Amino acid sequence: MASAEHHGPLSQFEIKTLLPIHLGEADISFTNSSLMMVIALIGITLFLLLGARRRALVPGRWQSMVELSYEFIVGLLRDTVGPDGRRYFPFVFTLFMFVLFGNMLGMIPYSFTFTSHIVVTFALAAVVFVGVTILGFVKHGVRFFAFFVPPGISVALWPLMIPIEIISYLSRPISLSVRLFANMLAGHTLLKVFAGFVPVLGAAGVVPLAFVAALSGLELLIAFLQAYVFAILTCLYINDALHLH
Amino acid sequence: MAEPERPQPLRDLDRRLKRLRAEEDGGARAAAERGRGLSLAVRIGAELVAALVVGVGIGLLLDSWLGTAPWLLVVFFVLGAAAGMLNVYRVMERMNRTVGDATGKRPEAERNGER
Repeated sequence: MASAEHHGPLSQFEIKTLLPIHLGEADISFTNSSLMMVIALIGITLFLLLGARRRALVPGRWQSMVELSYEFIVGLLRDTVGPDGRRYFPFVFTLFMFVLFGNMLGMIPYSFTFTSHIVVTFALAAVVFVGVTILGFVKHGVRFFAFFVPPGISVALWPLMIPIEIISYLSRPISLSVRLFANMLAGHTLLKVFAGFVPVLGAAGVVPLAFVAALSGLELLIAFLQAYVFAILTCLYINDALHLH
Repeated sequence: MAEPERPQPLRDLDRRLKRLRAEEDGGARAAAERGRGLSLAVRIGAELVAALVVGVGIGLLLDSWLGTAPWLLVVFFVLGAAAGMLNVYRVMERMNRTVGDATGKRPEAERNGER
């Protein structure tokens, strides 16, 4: 399939329109990225519903996986936010599962990784950022601005420290989204570049092939790890908004 | 360990199981630590750059509004760099705290080693 057409290492990230939809000026076409998101949603729903269907006292493998992912996020919230973090479980769990399935589905050959696009990751991060900021204002009102004043610093340094704190706060959605997108983009590009060496080198192509196999394992680890990092940072931001310093 | 009422083969089995479990734990922990180090490296890079981007962005925006180019860009570039370092400092601080919490039983030297 790949040999006939031009297939560079970056062509895997191309957005292809599957169903053109135009709403006035806006282009809201259904693309391969949207398709993968829908598949991820269906996958998550099936995974959770079918896994929890039997409700066995001694869980089978599938039910164990469902319970594991549930307990993982519950534990994460308990450790980072504390007992009142349980209320935010649905939000964090949804984010975690969506990012995890996006990353994992991208590991299937010829599929598309929607988390490798900054539009997607930045939209997710912006939801977290705006949500957490609103949460902070709802919980603390105007006192939320005290978050930008570092404790234990003399008033003389406030004009310097407050802009730094505000920049640091504003950088959260950027670092959150760039981290996920850069990891996915770099990893998948590297995989394709090494895979491109395999046919070129002939018999010696075994070496890059072995490398691709090893890299695939590493990519699976990173796919999980980045979903975990996204979830834990969301928890930390919720914690900051609830408890300020 | 001191359970004298257990017969010999059972005690043997118990000992072998304990040893195997300890080995398995060690392997899993080593892999998890490698992964954590990897994610930490990427995190720190992202934190540093993100704050700089925000600083430069604010500087450029204010400059084009107030017509003070390039002075606010310079000021906010420095502030952004400072914010980036503050971010990195916070990540490391948090990292040390969670490592201390999760594995409080481990010796101090080992904990310092994996920073």
